[in-house]
Amino acid sequence: MRKIYSEQIQQAVYQAITEVSYHCDPKVTEALQQALEGESNELAQDVLSSILENHRTSPESMIPLCQDTGSTVVLAEIGAGVQILGQSLPEAINAAVRQAQHDCPLRASTVSEPLFERKNTGDNTPAIIHVEYVAGERIRLLIAQKGGGAENMSFMKMLSPAIGTDGIIDFVCEGILAAGSRPCPPLILGVGIGSNFEGAPLLAKKALFEPLGRAHPDAKYHQMERQITERINTLGCGVQGFRGNCTVLATHILHAPCHIASLPVAVNLQCHAHRHCEVII
Amino acid sequence: MKEIRISLPISTEEIRALHPNDKVLLSGIVYTARDEAHKRMLALLKHGEKLPFDIGKTALFYCGPSPAAEGRVCGAIGPTTSSRMDPYTREMLKAGLKVMIGKGERAVETQQDIKAAGGLYLLAIGGISAVLSQSIVSCETFLWPDLGAEAVYKMELRDFPCYVGIV
Repeated sequence: MRKIYSEQIQQAVYQAITEVSYHCDPKVTEALQQALEGESNELAQDVLSSILENHRTSPESMIPLCQDTGSTVVLAEIGAGVQILGQSLPEAINAAVRQAQHDCPLRASTVSEPLFERKNTGDNTPAIIHVEYVAGERIRLLIAQKGGGAENMSFMKMLSPAIGTDGIIDFVCEGILAAGSRPCPPLILGVGIGSNFEGAPLLAKKALFEPLGRAHPDAKYHQMERQITERINTLGCGVQGFRGNCTVLATHILHAPCHIASLPVAVNLQCHAHRHCEVII
Repeated sequence: MKEIRISLPISTEEIRALHPNDKVLLSGIVYTARDEAHKRMLALLKHGEKLPFDIGKTALFYCGPSPAAEGRVCGAIGPTTSSRMDPYTREMLKAGLKVMIGKGERAVETQQDIKAAGGLYLLAIGGISAVLSQSIVSCETFLWPDLGAEAVYKMELRDFPCYVGIV
């Protein structure tokens, strides 16, 4: 049994949050640079240049990439051979969230109750945490600072299996086109296919952590990813709604087994300020 | 691309001379307001009270800044999704509002209301807060500090980059 102290987890999460709040995923920077080179629309070029400038300015000035510094989302894989000592995993993560909010400082963007009071918790807690148990003696944490704009435009539906590949592609594309510029394109799309009512959105979230633009190991799903990206870039609103040909940087699909009667499909949108990282302890 | 410098307060003639997609460098005093601040402003108006600033001479910036680090003018500054403010915009325009800064599309009725009122909706770019922060001369909590990021902040802008959305 490997013993891991909760302080180690807290420290690692704290470092991850403070790092990603000022440093965009370098693969996103690269994809935006390529998009700029392939863009002929003057307005879209101007906006893409500003986004790239922001990637340089944020770490230099220590001003966060976006004023919506996000909610902390943690997808945790805990090895069966790991024993966590000290505080519980959520306590350690929330201590890190609180500390990062205070030290950076980040925007307090969480309300404790959604409808009547909507009182701000003041420190960004609680983080949203999903835990999975896996073999091995390590902890793997996928950490994101997720903004509200793109999350608000995300969607899911229990489709009928008869709808098939084309039906899924239509469903995804229509939803993204309807979202317009509100989720802050260029976007990264996480698409979850299969599982069940709560499982598909979690797959979609997890898909956002896939390395940007990676080739799906299954050629059929890879083809679907490409078709979705291409169709949206042909018909979409472009960078921040200013037209041009770059609404989506990449589409990532993850799939899972599901009930014989079901075809759950969920789409999680990620804005271009893609603040995420992987931590292994 | 071509940039047009404008300063608040802006005249009706200056607004009329602008076209959708024009790039504007905006200077002057603006006030931030998100969902909660809109609710409270409308409650004031409903009770026959005046807003504590001249809404016709400034702009409402749909923005919830991140806190400033010690010794800095401001934290991260940028627009939030404007369509969330659509349900309040007709009343704000009636109260004299002319200029709004935010991101994203507005409802069809809101677009018509803005045009009918001779208003101006400016689009700022989302997710470039470090760049936009360089155009902030001052930033202070003005109203309702209990709302945190959703409070009304008074900001002075200098050459703040945005684009004409609706005019």
